[in-house]
Amino acid sequence: MAQLTMIQAITNALDLALEKDENTLIFGEDVGKNGGVFRATDGLQEKHGEDRVFDTPLAESGIGGLAIGLALEKFRPIPEIQFFGFVFEVFDSIAGQMSRTRYRSGGTRTMPITVRSPFGGGVHTPELHADNLESLMTHTPGLKVVIPSNPYDAKGLLLASIEDNDPVVYLEHMKLYRSFRDEVPEEYYTIPLGKAAVTNEGTDVTIVTYGYMVREANKAAETLKAEGISAEVIDLRTVSPIDIETIVASVEKTGRLVVVQEAQRQAGVGAAVMAEIAERAILSLQAPIGRVAAPDTIYPFGLAENDWLPNEEDIINKVREIVHFD
Amino acid sequence: MGISMAKVKKNKALDFAAHLKSVEKNYSMVQVLDETGKVVNEDLLPDLKDEELVELFENMLWSRALNDRSTTLARQGRLGFFAPTAGQEASQLASLYAFNREDILFPGYRDIPQLVLHGLPLYKAFLWSRGHVEGNLYPEDYNAMPPQIIIGAQIVQAAGAGLGLKKRGKKQVAFTYTGDGGSSQGDFYEGVNFAGAFEAPVVFYIQNNGYAISTPRHKQTAATTLAQKAAAAGVPGIQVDGMDPLAMYTVSKAARDWAVEGNGPVVIETITSRFGPHSLSGDDPKRYRTQASFEEWDKKDPLIRMRNFLTEKGLWNEEKEVALIEKYDEEIREAVKQADNAPKQKVSDFLKTMFEEPTNVIQEQIEYFEMKEGK
Repeated sequence: MAQLTMIQAITNALDLALEKDENTLIFGEDVGKNGGVFRATDGLQEKHGEDRVFDTPLAESGIGGLAIGLALEKFRPIPEIQFFGFVFEVFDSIAGQMSRTRYRSGGTRTMPITVRSPFGGGVHTPELHADNLESLMTHTPGLKVVIPSNPYDAKGLLLASIEDNDPVVYLEHMKLYRSFRDEVPEEYYTIPLGKAAVTNEGTDVTIVTYGYMVREANKAAETLKAEGISAEVIDLRTVSPIDIETIVASVEKTGRLVVVQEAQRQAGVGAAVMAEIAERAILSLQAPIGRVAAPDTIYPFGLAENDWLPNEEDIINKVREIVHFD
Repeated sequence: MGISMAKVKKNKALDFAAHLKSVEKNYSMVQVLDETGKVVNEDLLPDLKDEELVELFENMLWSRALNDRSTTLARQGRLGFFAPTAGQEASQLASLYAFNREDILFPGYRDIPQLVLHGLPLYKAFLWSRGHVEGNLYPEDYNAMPPQIIIGAQIVQAAGAGLGLKKRGKKQVAFTYTGDGGSSQGDFYEGVNFAGAFEAPVVFYIQNNGYAISTPRHKQTAATTLAQKAAAAGVPGIQVDGMDPLAMYTVSKAARDWAVEGNGPVVIETITSRFGPHSLSGDDPKRYRTQASFEEWDKKDPLIRMRNFLTEKGLWNEEKEVALIEKYDEEIREAVKQADNAPKQKVSDFLKTMFEEPTNVIQEQIEYFEMKEGK
């Protein structure tokens, strides 16, 4: 066991993946010698060679096409998109091509690709670096979308994503990269995709969230405990497909649900969770479903981030409202 | 006062007009056979045996027959989407003739003849046209992707496959086709540039038939050739008479050799024409092309010059041709019948091919549809 930050856990996972399967390839803008703009691939080229870890020209669409072509030659590509705000440039390769290859070929061609990309607010990045665009991916059939919230999950989920024989979009929240350390086993392990985790057990209300908001929700749960409200926090970990079973079981126990996301209200995954619960467990609900999300504006200018991003206080207020609804 | 124009013009290094002219000079069209089938460039005559020359012409004849029958079938509603190919036989099939079955083909939606002669059973091509997944079920050792609808996507993917072949140490290439309009896409430039930067073995074809639906070639770009776009990637570009099968073959063979020897990609612009509409989905070329333009290109028909060339060599006669066309028509009829026998598609099967293992939500939908389908 070692105390690792999330970025270290990611590097460790990539290192193990390169060791385990000679078909794994890591490529993107500045991921080679430079070790990535966040050091996620630090030392990997030196250790595994330029043939396995390499830089590309600055063109996201080309990187997507490169991954698809390499997958057809039976490689297991792990391309990086430097910031997920740049996904628009590679939208066709991800949502128009690799997501549908298995289907359009009737299962005769597969795309074992893991697209890694940082996103997320709170670190004052310039424009189109922090945007929460996960729902563009979750609305695309044929993709799995993974968002870890801590170093332990980050490693296990990344290794599971790389092992998966279908395309996975693996999104790394920038504020989580180095904000804390966690016990991370040194050996190879995976965490199944599509399985949520209960990060705080409770009986009065279920909070379903993912990404950085897991931290805020857990803090909120602590504060709420002091005032006698017992909140169960569920970290989705995989935002597509959603682990409906775990959420339904929790809501049947608590009778109340609040969804929390960093994305704007019209974006994100919260609405999907709300719809599933409305469809599957409405008779267990003792109150309307609450929602905490960012305002429906473009992602804010850097200096306005703290006023815009949802936080612990927003979660506490919404939970109180839902718990005291009568 | 601004900069004096007169002064700039005097400076030879800044003579932009001369610069444009000098670029143009490097991309003059390669031709071996003229319109009558006479050899105009002995040096570039391909090293093909008589039976190979005949086979190449037969491939072109087959493609014309397929085009003509497909047009009828599409009008009868017995085919779905169909993009006519008549006029492009040299561009499509004399290029293909330079590659082998291990080379990976990334076709656009007009490149069905290449897919079939690369090894796809004809009935599968018809199923693709109709919209049936079985048309896209390719055996593992069939080195091609289904026709690409997103113009340009095949180009970045071919670059990736080329890099894959290079990494595997295989002595093969990827080759891909787009049209004149497609060369305006970002993915066209990115694909060629990536292949160049990685020295990947890829041959990129731009089949310039003069029109992207109704938009004429000159509205795509101010560049006087499309082949010169290769210069932006630092790779060789060459313009070929796309109505001339021998020039197409010679250039394609040289490009494949160049790529397979580790020198990186080549861009080939073929000057060609489609005699029919863009597609049979309602396009009427008379809205944007003159009668004179059709007549001018009819004279350049690749079949005429190859037929003349082979007849002159005593390798061809009319009798042979009539018998072949009959044989092709029969094969096409058989393929249509075979396509008619394809099983009805099931939603539950579609759901099962979304992922290796169905997700929980997809499993629920499989169960629902299997019930609905009466399983």
